[in-house]
Amino acid sequence: MGAPLIGARVERKEDYRFLTGAGQYTDDLELPRQSYAAFVRSPHAHAVIKKINSSKAKNSPGVLAIFTGEDFATAKLGGLPCGWLITDVNGQPMKEPPHPCLAQGKVRYVGDQVVIVVAESIDEARDAAELVKVDYEVLPAVVDGSKATAKGAPQLHEAAPGNTCYVWSIGDKAATDAAFAKAAHVTKLDLVNNRLIPNAIEPRVANGSYSRADDSYTLYVASQNPHVERLLMTAFVMGLPEHKVRVVAGDVGGGFGSKIYLYAEDVAVTWAAKQVNRPVKWTSDRSEAFLTDAHGRDHHTVAELALDKDGKFLGMRVKTTANVGAYLSTFASCVPTILYATLLAGQYKTPVIHCEVTAVFTNTTPVDAYRGAGRPEATYVVERLVETAAREMKIDPAEIRRRNFITAFPYQTPVALMYDIGDYNATMNAAQKLADVSGFSKRKDQSIKNGKLRGLGYAAYIEACGIAPSAVAGALGARAGLFEAGEVRVHPTGSVTVFTGSHSHGQGHETTFAQVVADRLGMPIENVDIVHGDTSKVLFGMGTYGSRSIAVGGTAIVKALDKVIAKGRKIAAHLMEAAESDVVFENGAYKVAGTDKKKTFGEVAFAAYVPHNYPHDKLEPGLNENAFYDPANFTFPAGTYVCEVEVDPETGVVKIEKFTAVDDFGKIINPMIVEGQVHGGLTQGIGQALTEGCQYDASGQLLTGSFMDYCIPRASDVPFYQVDTRETPCTHNPLGVKGCGEAGAIGAPAALMNAITDALGVKDMPMPATPQTVWRTLKNKKAA
Amino acid sequence: MAVKVSLKVNGKSVSAEVEERTLLVTLIREQLRLTGTHVGCDTAQCGACTVSMNGMAVKSCSMLAMQAEGADVMTIEGVAKPDGTLHPMQAAFKEHHGLQCGFCTPGMVMNAIDFAKHHPNPSEQEIREALEGNLCRCTGYHNIVKAIGAGARAMAASK
Ligand code: FES
Ligand code: FES
Repeated sequence: MGAPLIGARVERKEDYRFLTGAGQYTDDLELPRQSYAAFVRSPHAHAVIKKINSSKAKNSPGVLAIFTGEDFATAKLGGLPCGWLITDVNGQPMKEPPHPCLAQGKVRYVGDQVVIVVAESIDEARDAAELVKVDYEVLPAVVDGSKATAKGAPQLHEAAPGNTCYVWSIGDKAATDAAFAKAAHVTKLDLVNNRLIPNAIEPRVANGSYSRADDSYTLYVASQNPHVERLLMTAFVMGLPEHKVRVVAGDVGGGFGSKIYLYAEDVAVTWAAKQVNRPVKWTSDRSEAFLTDAHGRDHHTVAELALDKDGKFLGMRVKTTANVGAYLSTFASCVPTILYATLLAGQYKTPVIHCEVTAVFTNTTPVDAYRGAGRPEATYVVERLVETAAREMKIDPAEIRRRNFITAFPYQTPVALMYDIGDYNATMNAAQKLADVSGFSKRKDQSIKNGKLRGLGYAAYIEACGIAPSAVAGALGARAGLFEAGEVRVHPTGSVTVFTGSHSHGQGHETTFAQVVADRLGMPIENVDIVHGDTSKVLFGMGTYGSRSIAVGGTAIVKALDKVIAKGRKIAAHLMEAAESDVVFENGAYKVAGTDKKKTFGEVAFAAYVPHNYPHDKLEPGLNENAFYDPANFTFPAGTYVCEVEVDPETGVVKIEKFTAVDDFGKIINPMIVEGQVHGGLTQGIGQALTEGCQYDASGQLLTGSFMDYCIPRASDVPFYQVDTRETPCTHNPLGVKGCGEAGAIGAPAALMNAITDALGVKDMPMPATPQTVWRTLKNKKAA
Repeated sequence: MAVKVSLKVNGKSVSAEVEERTLLVTLIREQLRLTGTHVGCDTAQCGACTVSMNGMAVKSCSMLAMQAEGADVMTIEGVAKPDGTLHPMQAAFKEHHGLQCGFCTPGMVMNAIDFAKHHPNPSEQEIREALEGNLCRCTGYHNIVKAIGAGARAMAASK
């Protein structure tokens, strides 16, 4: 055997096809007799549909069919479901207003689907869509979450009075209030977590087809979780049995959460395919993506931290209004609750915490999980509070953190989670060193000499990943299990195909998972292929989000490998005429301990498929095992980020001088891929803090509807990052892994805003810190 | 109205009937079925559609197919050697993990090859500025910048 595969920087198996243009993204697929769909969307944020006139469009060249919400209602297509039930403070279920695939009587945000046009070509579909006349009676709109519950605010749904989806809370309110009553110091912040638009570079695509031969449907779709998509679509919307529907998500060009959900377009093309008896393909353009891909974040929060005179945290009180947009997207309800408030302990021993969340409907695009999902919002609250408290109490911000770090594990937080392991001092110390914090004051003096401002900020984040123990999730309202499935199919001559319910849309599972498999089986990585993304190949799957793939999907594979190795041991024992208990498996071979007898894995596999000499009385032939793995707990990646910025007071331009990230992801399989995940996450986090901010005008028109108005970071906006890791292996999965996909996006905004407020000498300022905002903040400070 | 265009794509002469409004990228993807060239936006911002035309990197979403009449176009499918060996820039992207989901990658590589021809030993800043018209949402650019530097030097060395 060569060098160990776990922990090796193995170049990616998937790269060759992507680099040569041989990737197969959903839009690359062309089905025989394929037709094309275009959607007529609402130009208004809130309006009653008076009349739809499609007669001109119907006669437009190439048009095959036109369907409206009425057709969908007649066909008894259900609305889009929400996968997580939140129970409110009064023990009542959240309000779940209908979320029709095509608008029924009313539109509730700009981009809401009204009509689907199917035609021979995409141009003809679009031309015809422009001829559909919809008469609207425009209604007043509410777009700002903090105004949605005000008296007299426009009402979106009959089923949700006061535009309120739920008021939910966690933690002991009385104990928290008592802690504040005896505090020596209270730090309070009013925080806005800005609304973001995910913008995976591949737009969404859905290509639905129907086969009369066996009354079955196939949907090719850019999705992060094809099995969940199928489950939701068949059981809740179309009323079809699952064995009649195949969902395929091949190469997917980034997701970041936005491709988790079941979208109206996916249902519409699948249903329309049967009506026109031809495949129907829809490809989102970027403008549609801005309007209709589920957005992220959008919180208004009042947060308070109570401290004793030494800077020890006594309690935290948080009140958040979360804007969920016009309808409940698939996981919208759990993001600002279960994935947010449970993280408010951060890395600290804060003994009591209370958080109340009001989720509100507005005339905006639905909001759901976007990279980090709730955890960036929580980290922003905790880490902005902690840094601000340190400044107010004149304690070094690293020192105040150290005084409050959790140091003994397992640790039960006051907000439901049980951290299994971590070493927060280790990541803090390493980050300080790597960031050369001790040299900061010198660098600051130099900046001042140059007429610039310099600041340094920390974020010591924690996240709950490896989503999720199904029983816990179920008790909290999840309507699905959150296990993962894997299958190891050993071929007669010993090579292996592995099927996983996880889905890769950039994460490199074909490589990382193959490293795990090849390592366990002691074979070259070339002998292992990973298959994902097709419900007709993979036995089941819950997909990829919440940094769960290696911890849950990887573990399912390991469990299946254990079964393969155990069965192989029985076969080998028979072949070598030895007692099973004497047979060990190492470096790809079964050996009888203390002898030189050995059978390679390939020989054993061959015997399983050509069972001439085989223990038929005890074993079935073949070597193919699957496993479902439901995790015992969440995993808790954590780390410290240090950001150093220089600000030009004349222009308000912020330059990131240094960004240092030290993470503890537990065991690492492929450091090259992990670093890449951190770089990407950091950049999205920096985007939130520096350049990205979704803006609507008061009437609900999206003002940031293109890459020219909504600025995702470009190469010149970001520096080279300094990244490193520390390792406390997860205690409850066999690989010791925790997950790394979201950390950067979780920790970066707080670190950056702590650095900028330090440079500017202000308590707070809103994200994104664009030059204009920074310049204004400085101007207001001078005036004050 | 259909019009006929004739051009060279990846060394082969091709002709096709297109509409006047057909974009070059649509001709490449839909008619020639070269789907390595991607579409990531509708405002000429993302660069996923970048191809080489007469030796220069251009955004194929921002040109009409008719404008490519007589041109010599190379797409990502034409970059590796006929036997499949990667071009030094492609190899550098692989070695430096300059791609994740791969969607921006063809455009990145096409732009990088053009850039490297004029910058055999580029600085970090030159590379970042050259990427002004190419968006990537996955990598944070860190490894793309490294890959382009290494790829440019490898190209210069192999001349
Ligand atoms: S598709 Fe051409 S620049 Fe975006
Ligand atoms: S690798 Fe995914 S957009 Fe660049």
